[in-house]
Amino acid sequence: MSIGIVQFPGSNCDYDCLHVARAVLRQEADLVWHQETNLAPYDALVLPGGFSYGDYLRSGSIARFSPVMAAVTGFARAGGLVLGICNGFQILAEAGLVPGALLRNQALEFRCRWAHVRVESTASPFLAAYRPGQVLRMPIAHGDGNYVADPDTLSRMRDAGQIALRYCDAAGEITPAANPNGSVDNIAGVCNEAGNVFALMPHPERCAEPLLGSSDGLGMWQALAAAVAPAPVRA
Amino acid sequence: MTKARIYISYKPTVLDPQGNTIRTALHHLGFADVASVRMGKYLEVELSTDDTERARAEVDAMCRQLLANPVIESYRFDLETLP
Repeated sequence: MSIGIVQFPGSNCDYDCLHVARAVLRQEADLVWHQETNLAPYDALVLPGGFSYGDYLRSGSIARFSPVMAAVTGFARAGGLVLGICNGFQILAEAGLVPGALLRNQALEFRCRWAHVRVESTASPFLAAYRPGQVLRMPIAHGDGNYVADPDTLSRMRDAGQIALRYCDAAGEITPAANPNGSVDNIAGVCNEAGNVFALMPHPERCAEPLLGSSDGLGMWQALAAAVAPAPVRA
Repeated sequence: MTKARIYISYKPTVLDPQGNTIRTALHHLGFADVASVRMGKYLEVELSTDDTERARAEVDAMCRQLLANPVIESYRFDLETLP
């Protein structure tokens, strides 16, 4: 059993995720082509970052109808752990697996830099390794990270602990200046109601080893590793 | 043949950073009367049917499923039967 990393045409963080799964977590992991429809071999799934289908129409809108996505939806509905990073967030939002949508960054710039995010809720198993209020240093790299949801949805999400990460300054203060993209309430990461689908704009695969300047993202990967069933013991 | 002209725009509640930037640029050019700009998408889709009602149902379904994101966008379209 293993971690499946879904590869769409235009994914470009797929091999980084594979590296973390294999070399850092020491888990079985495989790339899953977007035309695959059988996800039975996988205990957990990652939708990596990139520019699937060139971001045509809207980021994630075409990938959302890839053959694999019906299976991803079934996997998520059955309670399987699904991690969506950057473009993976956009795809999960387009698919309705997490609420809201992602618009063009308010400053219209592609923002590629380090950011601080504050853990707002540990309702999702992906954040079990963190404590509420913890400040993480993670890299971002996106042009469409401006998260929106209507006020009713936001209020429901707040009550259910679905607002997982918010952009903050180094001291953990939520300020407009710390918001790299104009997202509502500085939202950087959200989860679905059940918590098993977690989506974020920052890149945990780029901060899972001290060599890269931060290993603050490692805890999110450890949640995936914990979901992977131990390999059957051969007699 | 039927030609659909589809207009997709952000819902009024959604901020449009690109529209706001264009408005600012127009102000810089001296178009002081510009009160607001909203940017949207325009698509032309040709369907190989002359049945307007069928085309209307199909285009509506396309907009709902793919062309517009109901979370942030609304759409309208008109149809023209091509010779």
